[in-house]
Amino acid sequence: MSAPTFPDLAGHFGRYGGRFVPEALVRALDELDAAYRSAKVDPVFQERFTGLLRDYAGTPSLLYRAERFSAAIGAEVLLKREDLNHTGAHKVRNVLGQALLAKRMGKPRVIAETGAGQHGVASATAAALLDLECVVYMGAMDTERQALNVARMRMLGATVVPVTNGSRTLKDALNEALRDWVSSVDTTHYLLGTAAGPAPFPEIVRDFVGGIGTEARAQCLTQLGRLPDAVAACVGGGSNAIGIFHAFVPDEQVRLYGFEAGGDGVATGRHAASITGGSAGVLHGARTYVLQDSDGQTVESHSISAGLDYPGVGPEHAWLHDTGRARYEPVTDAEAMAAFQLLCRTEGIIPAIESAHALAGAQRIVPALTAELGRTPTIVINLSGRGDKDVHTAGAYFGILDEVETIVPGENS
Amino acid sequence: MSIADTFGKAKAEGRAVLVGCMPAGFPTVDESIASMVAMAESGCDVIEVELPYSDPVMDGPVIQKASDIALAGGVRTRDTLRIIEAVANAGATVVLMTYWNPVERYGVDAFARDLAAAGATGMITPDLIPDEAGEWIAAADRYAIDRTFLVSPSSTDERIAMTVAQCRGFVYATALMGVTGARTAVSSQAPELVARIRRADPDLPVGVGLGVGTGAQAAEVAAFADGVIVGSALIRCVLDAPDRGTGLDRLRALSAELAEGVRANKPS
Repeated sequence: MSAPTFPDLAGHFGRYGGRFVPEALVRALDELDAAYRSAKVDPVFQERFTGLLRDYAGTPSLLYRAERFSAAIGAEVLLKREDLNHTGAHKVRNVLGQALLAKRMGKPRVIAETGAGQHGVASATAAALLDLECVVYMGAMDTERQALNVARMRMLGATVVPVTNGSRTLKDALNEALRDWVSSVDTTHYLLGTAAGPAPFPEIVRDFVGGIGTEARAQCLTQLGRLPDAVAACVGGGSNAIGIFHAFVPDEQVRLYGFEAGGDGVATGRHAASITGGSAGVLHGARTYVLQDSDGQTVESHSISAGLDYPGVGPEHAWLHDTGRARYEPVTDAEAMAAFQLLCRTEGIIPAIESAHALAGAQRIVPALTAELGRTPTIVINLSGRGDKDVHTAGAYFGILDEVETIVPGENS
Repeated sequence: MSIADTFGKAKAEGRAVLVGCMPAGFPTVDESIASMVAMAESGCDVIEVELPYSDPVMDGPVIQKASDIALAGGVRTRDTLRIIEAVANAGATVVLMTYWNPVERYGVDAFARDLAAAGATGMITPDLIPDEAGEWIAAADRYAIDRTFLVSPSSTDERIAMTVAQCRGFVYATALMGVTGARTAVSSQAPELVARIRRADPDLPVGVGLGVGTGAQAAEVAAFADGVIVGSALIRCVLDAPDRGTGLDRLRALSAELAEGVRANKPS
């Protein structure tokens, strides 16, 4: 059975994880590992981290009983409101932890990769707060699609570097960040945005976002007097999912569901479901499930959600999948957008499209779970982020955007 | 010729080995074969065939671009093996440089078997460190493929000792902290790294790569290393040429210049 002590000393989750990196990075990874081990048992570091999470990021996030959404899907639904955190998602937990580690290691510069820009904005935020130089690599395709987030990062003092090679998206931004890091490890910490990459990143990121699960578990015991029947989260790289799963892994009666981006449907080949539609391989420093062709070349992913649009997944998810402790299913763009709209209309909450995949997946499992339990199931859904960043995408999807007048700086409309 | 014999022969001649790198299938399968044969004919002692990969994190812009062109042209792992066979049959000593996932996808044992059958004598693994290489080490032993791992200026002495102990043929010393690509000056970190490698193993030949692109730089590296590895500068000959013939001419000229460079310190 899954033990919460994983990974092993070399960073393996069963056959997954590890370090598939150029030798040049090994010392930096060892250094990071040592810094993390010492920080983990340092009360001063922990107090600083929990203090920032509480006073700056606004956690613990609420566990909210969504009555009308519950009624609509036929389950008792509790939403873990990570969307209410500063910067609007669970990612602030990871960046604060890692930025504090960078300070601890005496590294004045952080680099980050970003897809839609959420992790980039979060990194730029933590860098501003802790006075670190910040460079964010972002696919040129994404800098065009997400001009607003590019502006946010710049406002926060970060340098945004558009990446023009390869497919010009998140995976290429990650490659470019790794190339920067190979050249700059002495002064630079790579602030990796998800629970993936070479060891010790999957473990460090999991632990920094692990508060989601420990909070939710305690909140369930306080608010319900019992544990939920199931926990649901969306899975791209998988940080929000591992963050909420981890505390529940030893509770075998709690079912863990990860919902991957099914795009147009796994059968179409246009999706980002690495576990349900991919195969085991090595990408970006770890062995895990990867979207790849028969030669092991990475295949481009597709999803309406930029945050899930990635052809790999964190190695601990690969392992939780293989052991059967967690179940992974794809959710299509259309299913996610229907759930997006349902939450907007029943609860007055605009979710991130990423999180809408978890909402749709939870909705799907209700009938089977109800039949199995013989009663209404209780499901905790990780509402990992808010949908402000997705207004344009969702507006276009639903065809509700009016034509907007061009805004001229300095003129009031 | 085996890697050991190639280095042995060069040593007897008082010079360094010249290793020239070219991505398989760039810009097409046949043209890459012609490029590699031209390099071998013009003075490259070892042809390092790079298997084009979608996510080459150790490579700078030139090799990325060449790899992208090869992949866009539809080159497959099977084609790379076919290219190796053609170049080895033309008389060149061939090693493969490949990121790890294509090997794992092919099947580690089957890959080693087919690589050996194609005539390659060694394989360089930029993103596979010995710590993760148990299956590869066993397969390479089984099919007598020389394993080349990388060491870097950031490697500790312990890691250098551990890594060279797992290398066969030669070890690849990355001259600087960075990715592949020609630089204006040879890294000042390289001589010290080579000295540290020699302290760990005085007999294993050391090839130095990253940032070498001219005859003068090759001579500078040849003064302290057993092998000089050149990639981006050679690839650029083809990449930047207005036509195929010019590309091959430039490739021959640069190979010859580099070959002269690795002989510059030859005792007269």
